Amino acid sequence: MTQTAKPSVRHPGLKTNKLGLTQRDYEGTQSTLCAGCGHDSITAAIVQAFFELNIAPHRVAKLSGIGCSSKTPTYFLSEAHGFNSLHGRMPSIATGANAANGKLAYIGVSGDGDSLSIGLGQFCHAMRRNVNMLYMLENNGVYGLTKGQFSASADVGTKAKRGEENQMPPIDPASMALTLGASFVARSFSGDRKQLVPLIKAGLTHRGFALVDIISPCVTFNDHEGSTKSYAHTREHGHEVVETDFVPLLHEIQVEQDHGASTAVTMHDGSVVRFRSVDEHYDPTDRDAAYAHLKKLQAQGEVATGLLFIEPMSRDLHELENTVDEPLVEVPFEKLCPGSGVLAELQSHWR
Amino acid sequence: MQPTDVSNPDYYHKVVDCQWGCPAHTPVPEYIRLIGQGRFTESYMLNRESNVFPGVLGRTCDRPCEPVCRRVRVEGEPVAICRLKRVTSDLKGDVTDLLPKIPEEKNGKRVALIGAGPASLTVANDLMPLGYECVLFERMDRPGGLMRTNIPSFRLPGGVLDEEINMILDMGVEVHYSHPIDSLGKLLDEDGFDAVFIGTGAPKGKELRIPGRDEGGANIHIGIDWLESVHFEHTDSIGERVLIIGVGNTAMDCCRTSKRIGGKDVRVVARKSRPYFKASAWELDDAEEELVQIVENHSPSRFIIEDGRLVGMEFDVVEWAPDESGRLVSTKLDSTVIPCDDVILAIGQDNAFPWIERDIGIEFNEWEMPIVDRTTFQTTRDGVFIGGDAAWGPENIIWAVEHGHQAAISIHAFCEQESLTDRLPYGMNLVSQKMGLHSWSYGSAYDESRRSQMSHVDLVERFKALEVEVELGFDAEQTAVEVARCLNCDIQTDFTANLCIECDACIDVCPVYCLTMTENRPEDELRLNLTAPAENIDQDLYVSADLPQTARVMVKDEDLCVHCGLCAERCPTAAWDMQKFDLLIPYAGKPTWTKTPETELTTSS
Repeated sequence: MTQTAKPSVRHPGLKTNKLGLTQRDYEGTQSTLCAGCGHDSITAAIVQAFFELNIAPHRVAKLSGIGCSSKTPTYFLSEAHGFNSLHGRMPSIATGANAANGKLAYIGVSGDGDSLSIGLGQFCHAMRRNVNMLYMLENNGVYGLTKGQFSASADVGTKAKRGEENQMPPIDPASMALTLGASFVARSFSGDRKQLVPLIKAGLTHRGFALVDIISPCVTFNDHEGSTKSYAHTREHGHEVVETDFVPLLHEIQVEQDHGASTAVTMHDGSVVRFRSVDEHYDPTDRDAAYAHLKKLQAQGEVATGLLFIEPMSRDLHELENTVDEPLVEVPFEKLCPGSGVLAELQSHWR
Repeated sequence: MQPTDVSNPDYYHKVVDCQWGCPAHTPVPEYIRLIGQGRFTESYMLNRESNVFPGVLGRTCDRPCEPVCRRVRVEGEPVAICRLKRVTSDLKGDVTDLLPKIPEEKNGKRVALIGAGPASLTVANDLMPLGYECVLFERMDRPGGLMRTNIPSFRLPGGVLDEEINMILDMGVEVHYSHPIDSLGKLLDEDGFDAVFIGTGAPKGKELRIPGRDEGGANIHIGIDWLESVHFEHTDSIGERVLIIGVGNTAMDCCRTSKRIGGKDVRVVARKSRPYFKASAWELDDAEEELVQIVENHSPSRFIIEDGRLVGMEFDVVEWAPDESGRLVSTKLDSTVIPCDDVILAIGQDNAFPWIERDIGIEFNEWEMPIVDRTTFQTTRDGVFIGGDAAWGPENIIWAVEHGHQAAISIHAFCEQESLTDRLPYGMNLVSQKMGLHSWSYGSAYDESRRSQMSHVDLVERFKALEVEVELGFDAEQTAVEVARCLNCDIQTDFTANLCIECDACIDVCPVYCLTMTENRPEDELRLNLTAPAENIDQDLYVSADLPQTARVMVKDEDLCVHCGLCAERCPTAAWDMQKFDLLIPYAGKPTWTKTPETELTTSS
């Protein structure tokens, strides 16, 4: 926990983005998490991604539940809208908010407790409904706020700080998401900014539910020897299956160059996600193959990372429900609430 | 890049830009912190150890520390280091008991010091505590050299100068005033000194040989001679219209002195334009505040004499442009006459050694300057040393002080029959400043205040007498602001690679993007592949040993670090620590492995 606030002094050569903002303008207040927490590193990656995507902070809604991870929206994008919901209930709030205003960028930040224990049902339905949002699951395998008990994502055999081994099998959010029909499934590591930032950008651009499961070591309760979610273990056993490069629409022409054996997937807005398979023949658009590969690596004790699966032209909640494009707040009141006369007429229609 | 060797004192020393830039390597951030704690006496004594004349330099130093201050790179304006030095002098208590103790039993060595300026006085200051007998010869009837006669008392009150000179003379220096040395050969042969130090300055003002010089002689003055004559009250007036030729700091003193003894329309005339002026920016400001007019791009062509009296000067109006080789050359555009009653020439100073025989083993070069070793300050004759302006021409007081320190080391080594070229090494101490979970022993917060402006005596009041000191010094509030503005560059970010778990916390929290973890590469590539590109190549990159988990390296660009300590505060494993760097400077008879009473007093807290 840091008490000294980050000073306001800025690098004199600080670059600005298309909106004239610097990366510092995308920061939030000083983190109160433990020094060295993986979540802080993810926060910094989020700051960088929003800055580079030229998204105006006030056009963003950040949502979270309860837990260490769920505290972090305070630490980025101070100017954004925010909602800190009940434990595990962030997906419902996000769904509601998104239904009412589909024009904002939605980022939900949750943890393994919030999403895989108390909020597992909500998490599944958000995926099923394909709510257009980026869902960051900051996964450290322990309940940090209550002193480090195993969470639902703890691996079999991983050791707690005092030595006891976990016996129960983990819920793996990535493979679960694949089976539930999620349209964007990625996994990364808080200590690999180079991989994480393009994934966040692609997830924000993806129309539909984008899950990024991020191994984020708990420096206080789960960074010891014997833990399978420590910095050292994740570095040793992380296995990048595809390299991902996000190319925003506006830059497409400048960066046209030879990318070797890369494949490109065009997103809804025309941006491109490029893949270079690290594992031979890995195809991130093939759900079944992705699932099989994930399971194979898991059996070997490896953690598959990268953009594991993407279905770029999936239909999100608004398309599925055929709702209006404009935010409800911009729909004229008479149209939004046409009065009892119109209701009576509608009812008479069904009599 | 090779991992940085932080065990070499130079690396961390260079991070303390002010200390590195100071010829005497005064530990600026440390003395500023002492001011902040109200420990003015300790701060004064810490200054005195390296720069010997804090009260004088706090008013007159050329401030090589300020342009290089990190604050300039961060927000544009340096900490007012020089004027904080004056604060220590203004507010100090009695220092008598803190001055070096002089042994009653002497070591039997006698050293002659020629010229009682800052260089010779520093040699005496360093040698007296070692038991030397120092014999000082001064051609005038009072000590101080140019500090006394060339710096007007409205900038440097005589009392301040007396106090600091007396601290040295009272050590028991044998002083012979009004005793010019007219033959070095005689001194060497007859008086049996073990060593001789020459600190006679650069006493000869440059001439301007253009038509009319001799005819108008009565009203054409050489700047430094004229200032000296004003100091000794041989001159107490000047004509109403005065031209100063030249635009260095002597010119500034001449024009401001003229304004005080009768000059009404005083102009400083420069051959070049403002960016090429030699005067310090603040001295130009002070002159202009006193309504001195600065005339640019005027090259003198002749003095105009009517009826045997100077009535004006003619100038070529020129413009400057670089030729093919890049050298600036002037083109005459026009000529103009500026009427005047007096002219003061302030176009530079030369050395003059008519009193050194050319056959006593001291070799001179083609410019009639004695050949002096840059490290030992020894001439080609063993046991004869030269420092200050006398060595290589005009510099500043702080350089003369440093020359004095180095010459004292050489003289001591010479008298002890040790090698002069094996210089005493610098040392350093590094001490962690961590006081608790979130507290450091220094003010780590960044202060956004802008530089404090020095208050001046109002224009009417200051012209009433020559001795009225113009600068009022900082008040308590200004002092507090300036102390807080110091970035504590001597509190170093010290990194231990094998403790790092590569969590990125330090990188994310750094407000100025100093830090990067990356694959190691050659420096020029590394500089472009950092969190923020390291474009200032004058500032070093710190490169760690390979990190344990990924074999990447931690790189720190020293350029803009504000020493806020957040990297260390956010580090879960204390791989980063904030450690106070204390440069141990060797002095004559005091190698760095022995602490002096002064440093113990100030650094043991």
